[in-house]
Amino acid sequence: MIINLRGVRGSIPVPGKDTIKYGGNTTCIEITTDEGDKIIIDGGSGIRQLGNELMKQLPVNCSIFITHTHWDHIQGLPFFIPLFVPGNNIDIYGSFDPVYMKDLKTILAQQMEYCYFPVRESELNANITYNNLKEGEAIQVGSATVTPLLINHPVLNFGYKVESNGKRFFFTGDYEPPLNIYLPEDEGYIEYQRLIDQQKQILTNFIQDVDVVVADCQYTREEYLTKKGWGHGTHDSCIEMARAANIGTLYFTHHDPTRTDQELDRIYQEVMSREDLPSTEFYIAKEGTIIEL
Amino acid sequence: MPIHHDQLIDMVDKIPTFQESVHRILALTTSPDCSAKDLVQVIEHDPILTIKVLKLVNSAYFGLSQEVTSVNHSVVYVGINTIKNVAISVATTGALPKTNKAGLNMNRFWEHSLAVGVIAKLLAEHKGVGKNEQANYFVAGLLHDIGKVLFAHFIPADYQQVLQKSEVEKIPLHLAEKQLLGFDHSEIGAMIAEKWQLPTDLISSIRGHHTAVEQEQTPLSLAIYAANQAAHYLELMAQAADNGDQYALSRATDIDNSLPADVKTWLGWPLSEVSKWLSNLDEEIDKALAFIDLSDGE
Ligand SMILES: [Zn+2]
Ligand SMILES: [Zn+2]
Repeated sequence: MIINLRGVRGSIPVPGKDTIKYGGNTTCIEITTDEGDKIIIDGGSGIRQLGNELMKQLPVNCSIFITHTHWDHIQGLPFFIPLFVPGNNIDIYGSFDPVYMKDLKTILAQQMEYCYFPVRESELNANITYNNLKEGEAIQVGSATVTPLLINHPVLNFGYKVESNGKRFFFTGDYEPPLNIYLPEDEGYIEYQRLIDQQKQILTNFIQDVDVVVADCQYTREEYLTKKGWGHGTHDSCIEMARAANIGTLYFTHHDPTRTDQELDRIYQEVMSREDLPSTEFYIAKEGTIIEL
Repeated sequence: MPIHHDQLIDMVDKIPTFQESVHRILALTTSPDCSAKDLVQVIEHDPILTIKVLKLVNSAYFGLSQEVTSVNHSVVYVGINTIKNVAISVATTGALPKTNKAGLNMNRFWEHSLAVGVIAKLLAEHKGVGKNEQANYFVAGLLHDIGKVLFAHFIPADYQQVLQKSEVEKIPLHLAEKQLLGFDHSEIGAMIAEKWQLPTDLISSIRGHHTAVEQEQTPLSLAIYAANQAAHYLELMAQAADNGDQYALSRATDIDNSLPADVKTWLGWPLSEVSKWLSNLDEEIDKALAFIDLSDGE
């Protein structure tokens, strides 16, 4: 399995001199199995360049899994050229939005409404299927199995586990470990904490011993104090996840758009100098990083 | 058959006050820093609302792999923001009598109400109204005709005649109501909204949805007026398209032409233009109807 990080930025693309090293494109992960099956997770701006490269060998067959439909995870889709070309086969997977009662196709079609973009969904000429996933429902893509788990974000967000030939990969999408809404002295505190622990245990079991995890780490410890409930993780939350599930390697991703290369390096050094880190190898996700499993 | 104002008040009194929790949810959720704890408390204090929220979260729409057994569990599992939205939808559609003996077609009633709710929300979105406030537009649209349900429920025999008069004489329902009952559904609807202590502009948007008032209109009132006319317009156009009904076509054109000047100015477009970007409205309504089905039955 080969994993290529095509976009590692959160919220909005930030090209420029301060983001040359780690990259400015928003979330997109390309996975190629040993058999050559193509799995793409999220369609942030990083998917555009990937699409251009895929066009070199037609037809393009791939499966795109969307963690959630926040802009930074779908904004590249209208620029993913393989969608426009007849003969390509593209399966798109994601969650039905039960709040607005919208399926994936409707959400993506609205993204391409005329006022935003000059091409309509109906003008995408590839053979496209839209599939609303249920939590825990495993999807077979060639030799690989992709399984979604719902994890906490202001909208429904799927973390995806990809397994193939004994190799296992997990991407959180956007994830903030749930917080207790009660104060320790409140009556509901203990019960709520029990539910949180139960939910965390489900995630831990789901990703136990996974080889590589790419995890949302938008904020530092200090920043998080004022960003609670915004839906993103910290180095601490990633480290805890890695420790609990005995993760081999973890990449910190979804870098805040204001973060410069220098800052990423500095923060990484600080985090790595902490005592009591688990045996996991930690890296900063970098656009263009290729991970071979 | 004209009814007394006392009778009207009597009817309003008989409508359940379950809406206390709806009101509190709306009040809580229109403030951007709505506390999760408070929201959970409001839902938990209303057993019916609790059951409905859990039922929806456990439904196929969410496709969850664990069963959600408490409101707290639902918040940990799918997030406070999602539960907030679910509570608003469930709460606002659950308070009304489901049947009546007057022959008011409840399915059509809900379809129209939802259409107006959805259109009003889309108009609000289009006008750059904040996300938090858009919920009010949806609710106002959903409730704008609520007075009809009250009439049909409490004075079914009289209301049957009203419905017939409107049908036979081909006059708008609110005029038939006014002629036979002395009041129309917008007035009594506003009284219910008052009883429920809904926001003031929501009350006046219900009161004004058939009268183009001269005084200063709020964006909400304008949106509800426009959305109601747009929904009627679309329905008539669909009829005309289906069976070449010339009468429906001319009535649709009438509606468009007789839009009050302030509504027209606010809208910026004729209804025929508005309806163009409402092309997937049916789909939206079908999906929203799922919420109503869920709140029906138990
Ligand atoms: Zn994001
Ligand atoms: Zn997000």
